[in-house]
Amino acid sequence: MRFPSLRAHAAITVAVLAAGFALVFFYAPNDADQGFIQKIFYLHVPLAVCALAGFLVAAIHAIRHLRTGDPIHDARAYVSIHLSVIFGVAVLVTGSIWARASWGKWWVWDEPTLVSFLIVFLLYATYYPLRYAIEDRDRQARYASVFAITAGAFVPLNFIAVRAAQSLVHPRVFATAEGGMPPKMWVAFCACLAGMALLWTCLVRFELAAKAASAKLSRLRRALEGESYVASGSRIAPGAPSRAAST
Amino acid sequence: MSAFRAILGKDLRVELRTLQSVPAMALFAVTTFVIFRYGLDRTTLGGSLAAGVLLATVLFAAILAINRLFVAERDEGGFDVIRLAPVDATALFAAKVVALVVYLLVLEAIAVPIFAIFFLESWAGLAPLAGVLVLADAGLAATGALVSSIAANSRARDLLVPLLLLPLLVPLVIAAANAAEPLLAADGPSYAGTGKWLAILALYDVVFLLVGYAVYDFLVED
Repeated sequence: MRFPSLRAHAAITVAVLAAGFALVFFYAPNDADQGFIQKIFYLHVPLAVCALAGFLVAAIHAIRHLRTGDPIHDARAYVSIHLSVIFGVAVLVTGSIWARASWGKWWVWDEPTLVSFLIVFLLYATYYPLRYAIEDRDRQARYASVFAITAGAFVPLNFIAVRAAQSLVHPRVFATAEGGMPPKMWVAFCACLAGMALLWTCLVRFELAAKAASAKLSRLRRALEGESYVASGSRIAPGAPSRAAST
Repeated sequence: MSAFRAILGKDLRVELRTLQSVPAMALFAVTTFVIFRYGLDRTTLGGSLAAGVLLATVLFAAILAINRLFVAERDEGGFDVIRLAPVDATALFAAKVVALVVYLLVLEAIAVPIFAIFFLESWAGLAPLAGVLVLADAGLAATGALVSSIAANSRARDLLVPLLLLPLLVPLVIAAANAAEPLLAADGPSYAGTGKWLAILALYDVVFLLVGYAVYDFLVED
């Protein structure tokens, strides 16, 4: 499969997201119960869907990493989890704003989807301390993949348990009395979901490209400076005398 | 199978001779009951409060054992021996899960009667509660052995176990607490919805035992 260049991908993402939000504000009708605030649904739900899908994508990359041992799959799993965690923060913030507007409280424990998402988010937040507590590169990648697979199995289980434990008061936008959302809302929602999915994939590709570029840079540096070059995470401070000039 | 038996036998023998995990867990559990007695300012507990106190106590006591589960393997080179020996690493996982279940059962055999004496008015729910606890122990042991094995080979061992384990155990706690709540009700046990929660507990056990079985090789291989 051939992907479009990163630049084209980013341009398509911007266009689809802009079109999606234009549909949300000028085409989709206001919700009869909740009024204007229901518009946050078009941001909150696509973010949540992309974040959860991203966690599952990470689990698939992790399985491929363990099967093949190719570090590229580990990098993909890492970047997927990284971006899904960032999306997850946005989901929790927008969900909390929506809860405040709909029910008058910033946090509602009776709301299974929000609570499940919090638990999943807390689990994935431990991915970073786990990864950086292991020094050996190979072992770090392998253990991170084991974690990504375990957590991927955890996501659906957690949703089952939390949903079973609570009364259903979450706004069922998909299944109202009239048998679902009006078609105009569906169109806007699908456009936003597509835009958000494009944004997620675009950011994944961007971060992978950045990682590949910095790896290539340190390889070139090593080739240029030989054994004296020590790879460091931070960039050389501007104004500091460069190694090449001092030797 | 013989590797499994050998590792399990070794672990249980070491525990019997050194007594380093289970007595500490039991002592910790009883002290935690006292803490809850004053933290909640209650002399009797029933329903959801009783289930929550009991499960939280068992869970935190389990973390003590899970922290130490692979200490011998790491410090005395047990991991290297498993790698050298012509046996499946899964035998190590299975043996550790069973050892942990045994520790937890012994702990509960001590802690639950003390809990009942301290807090419960009606003891009729204790027999069915044992079934809930056995299912919860299996899930706790499956995730515990997996997390302990990950943490044993990292720098921040004692920090990582609770950090990784607690969020993983949330669905288990939800299901076990909801199953135990009607059994521990102050006015005698009832069985409302117990079947559904036991099914979720069993699903949790099966999923994480299978995940552990599938990925464990990669935690030992080097």
